[in-house]
Amino acid sequence: MNPVEIAVLSLLGGVLGLDVVSFPQAMLSRPIVAATLGAAILGAPERGVMLGATLECFALETLPVGASRYPEWGSSSVVAAAVIASGPPTAPWGGALLMGILVALAWSWVGGWSMVQLRRLNAGWASARHEAVASGSRRTVVGLQLFGMTADLVRGVLMTAIGCALFIPLSRFVLQRWSFSDTASIAFVVALAGIVAAGAVHKVFHAAPGARWLLVAGLVIGAALLGVIR
Amino acid sequence: MSANVSLPLSTRAAMFLRMLAIQGSWNYETLVGNGIGFCVEPALRRLPGGVGGEAYRRALARQSAYFNAHPYLAAVAVGALARMELEAMEPAKIERFRKAICGPLGSVGDLLVWAGWLPVCTLLALLVFGLGASALGTVLTFLITYNVGHFALRIWGITVGWREGMRVASALANPALRQGPQYLGGIGAFLAGVALPLVVQRIVGASSVTLIEVLAGVAVGGFIVTRLHGRFEIWKWSIVLLAISVLLSVIRP
Repeated sequence: MNPVEIAVLSLLGGVLGLDVVSFPQAMLSRPIVAATLGAAILGAPERGVMLGATLECFALETLPVGASRYPEWGSSSVVAAAVIASGPPTAPWGGALLMGILVALAWSWVGGWSMVQLRRLNAGWASARHEAVASGSRRTVVGLQLFGMTADLVRGVLMTAIGCALFIPLSRFVLQRWSFSDTASIAFVVALAGIVAAGAVHKVFHAAPGARWLLVAGLVIGAALLGVIR
Repeated sequence: MSANVSLPLSTRAAMFLRMLAIQGSWNYETLVGNGIGFCVEPALRRLPGGVGGEAYRRALARQSAYFNAHPYLAAVAVGALARMELEAMEPAKIERFRKAICGPLGSVGDLLVWAGWLPVCTLLALLVFGLGASALGTVLTFLITYNVGHFALRIWGITVGWREGMRVASALANPALRQGPQYLGGIGAFLAGVALPLVVQRIVGASSVTLIEVLAGVAVGGFIVTRLHGRFEIWKWSIVLLAISVLLSVIRP
């Protein structure tokens, strides 16, 4: 990857990191979008959507409910997309997918931590300007909002740039020594993703009336379609 | 409630655009409070004395205090609070209203959007992907579907909030808000059933033996995980399992 590509990816990671909470929360930061966009920039949108779909299975378990700490998928999905799309064409696809998923999961956790730090920074700025806000200063209210968004954008850019700098060389090193077959690597990571998704679906939807039977009905149709779509 | 209070379209548009950034300064002290002030501010300019006037400053200070709500449904509060301020309601009433509306806007939004609409749209996109859609088709399916609901909810919120003012709590009894999460839960469960086998198939590829093995693994693992009733965050354990597999692959001769 050249510096221009890293700069473009970092900017994308910044914009998608901003989307998670600050602006506009249009879910551009979901893995299925972020990973696809990141890989598309490097000319591999199909690999990106494979990665994004697999990551979505994990992300289903981490819905952003309330003020809880949750993973930051925007910038981490871009870093993972760079990992799978920047390797040499001879790199094993199964190994690259597994590395991409590992990088995204681990880096999204760090991204979640960075969001907590940003919120503390915002609280510090708001506390320091409490009197101005309490006096109804338009400039302060608008300024706090702009500061928070700018800081979040910078956070996303840095998360992406640092992630690319750390994980692209590491992935190259790992993939040069990858010994598992593509089939085994993909089977393992997809099975894991499917298990997490199944658990998440149960956790999120189990209280809905008839959810269990609707799930079974869906599985029957899904299984029937397996033969048709192949 | 006085009938002569009005809000020009340009002001509503400005409030709506600001709503997209309502969590721009989210923090652990005032939560989304500053964001509420930021979003109501265009309406407050119409108070007697205009920007910088006494009424404007007092109202902006009031609206920028602590507030908590789901970011989309906060639009209901923004619309209602703008109306209450322009109707020159007693500050104590406005503050009581702000405190009372926080809880419902948070819980309804979480159930409807984060635990309903978002996973349903995600599963729909996964289904489209599993059926063989292109990268662009998959991404557009998700973004368009999700954001139709997202923007509709924000527009509805600001409209109903402005129209009802202090009586907006009754709007939260809307059947779509109360029953919506249950219907979405059913749709989500059905979509998950159809989508997951197809997603596995598309990623695993041509080998039917591997596909059957993976699906069997997902079925057994999924059953065990559901018996744990969400006591563990499996995605975190996945990091450990994936890291071990990477190490094994690298050190294996």
